[in-house]
Amino acid sequence: MQAFRYTQAKTVDVALDPGQRFLAGGTTLVDLMKLNVETPHSVVDINLLPLDRVEPTPDGGLKVGALVRNSDLANHADVKARYTVLSEALLSGASPQLRNMATTGGNLLQRTRCYYYRDINYACNKREPGSGCPAQDGFNRIHAVLGGSDQCVATHPSDMAVAMMALEAVVHAKGAKGERQIALENFYLTPGTTPDKENVLEPDELITYVTLPRPAAGTRSHYLKLRDRAQYEFALASAAVVVQVEGSRIRRVRIALGGVGTKPWRSKEAEAVLEGKPAHTKNFEAAAAAAMRGAKPLKYNGFKIELAKQAIVRTLSMVTA
Amino acid sequence: MAQLGAAGVIATAAPLTHGADGFVEAPTADAPAAEAVVDPVPVTLRVNGVEHHLMLEPRVTLLDALRERLNLFGTKKGCDHGQCGACTVHVNGRRVNSCLSFAVMHQMDEITTIEGLAKDGELHPVQQAFLDHDGFQCGYCTSGQIMSGAALLKEPIGPTDHDVRAAMSGNICRCGAYSNIVAAVQQARDWPSGRTRSAQS
Repeated sequence: MQAFRYTQAKTVDVALDPGQRFLAGGTTLVDLMKLNVETPHSVVDINLLPLDRVEPTPDGGLKVGALVRNSDLANHADVKARYTVLSEALLSGASPQLRNMATTGGNLLQRTRCYYYRDINYACNKREPGSGCPAQDGFNRIHAVLGGSDQCVATHPSDMAVAMMALEAVVHAKGAKGERQIALENFYLTPGTTPDKENVLEPDELITYVTLPRPAAGTRSHYLKLRDRAQYEFALASAAVVVQVEGSRIRRVRIALGGVGTKPWRSKEAEAVLEGKPAHTKNFEAAAAAAMRGAKPLKYNGFKIELAKQAIVRTLSMVTA
Repeated sequence: MAQLGAAGVIATAAPLTHGADGFVEAPTADAPAAEAVVDPVPVTLRVNGVEHHLMLEPRVTLLDALRERLNLFGTKKGCDHGQCGACTVHVNGRRVNSCLSFAVMHQMDEITTIEGLAKDGELHPVQQAFLDHDGFQCGYCTSGQIMSGAALLKEPIGPTDHDVRAAMSGNICRCGAYSNIVAAVQQARDWPSGRTRSAQS
């Protein structure tokens, strides 16, 4: 690991220069520093900042500090009761040890598990723009079928962010130009020709909070994660569903997918198919087909299209039962 | 040695300059809220109730500090990437992967390793349970397994063997002692092993 200068931030008004990194739980950054994928000359430890609380918002939602640990958020009584999909997603991710370390802000910013990104012996446009993407014709079983480009097909690895996408979370960030709010839906970028840029944060901006809107009365939610192992494995396909059923009809639904997209993937196409329709399997299948209509399989990941469809149908069936 | 060259980067009030190794040296004026330090830096670690004063480079992980500087070899290095759980220790009572944390981040923390688990010559119930149930073969993962099992006693986990397997999933055992590990953890929790359905309903 390359040596670095270590400082502790005492207030959120910390300006970063491009060679610096914020350090929170460390579960992504320290790992990538050991692989020399990340080589910051300076690391700013933000763990002393007062961003470790979960608080109600005046409008009945929840304000989650960027330093709230994944395990604490997952087991928070209000999250379990009213944002079930988020608790389930968090508990499906990583291991208990890692969840005790990983933070809310860090989870949103965690980096892809693409083998080529994580190995500096390979080219990677995300790591070194313009160097190439061996995943296009390489081992791409874990790669994305939605949102990819000829420069990058790496999946976003987060479960938490998928649930937050379905919950319509808002990211609060603070930088040199002040504070701003970014709807999570507008937070992530697809790779296009700039796969090194994964989100809209400016280099000097720090995530301070995530807010979750108040769920409408009668809302139910669920996260289903499909993977090679029963525990402690990244998603091959996952579905987060937040739904409000009135009578037998779906009044409002939000659907997001993990493991299949280059970013946590909100499917408005699937939502549009379902809203106002009876909650039954035929409609769930139509929604799943709509969600994956634009999917582009690579050599080894075509199975993800059917897997994601099944995840959507299964999750909708479970949450509306 | 090219990587070690960066260790020479120190705080400076000068404008951005390129060091001899091409490294950009950042002026501290850009980070007024942060306090610049050069490495190695003084680090105070409180481990198993004993305070240790060390000089460490910031890049020294908590795991390496425990093993290489404090001679606490009970905590094991397996994958060194947070994937195997052999390095599990408690920080303020919570289990973490010590390989993915820098020692310098833990100055005010209460750190417990396997060496600090037994009290007054009495094995911790999880240690005793691992003996009772033969919860190991080669033993390399055992410290991490026991530290995970001990932390788990205070976590909100369901009663079944399945719940224990999920809660212990961050600890890999290449010998495959899993069934005995589950039985050991269940004994320490005062749950009979073999429980497959929730007793809460």
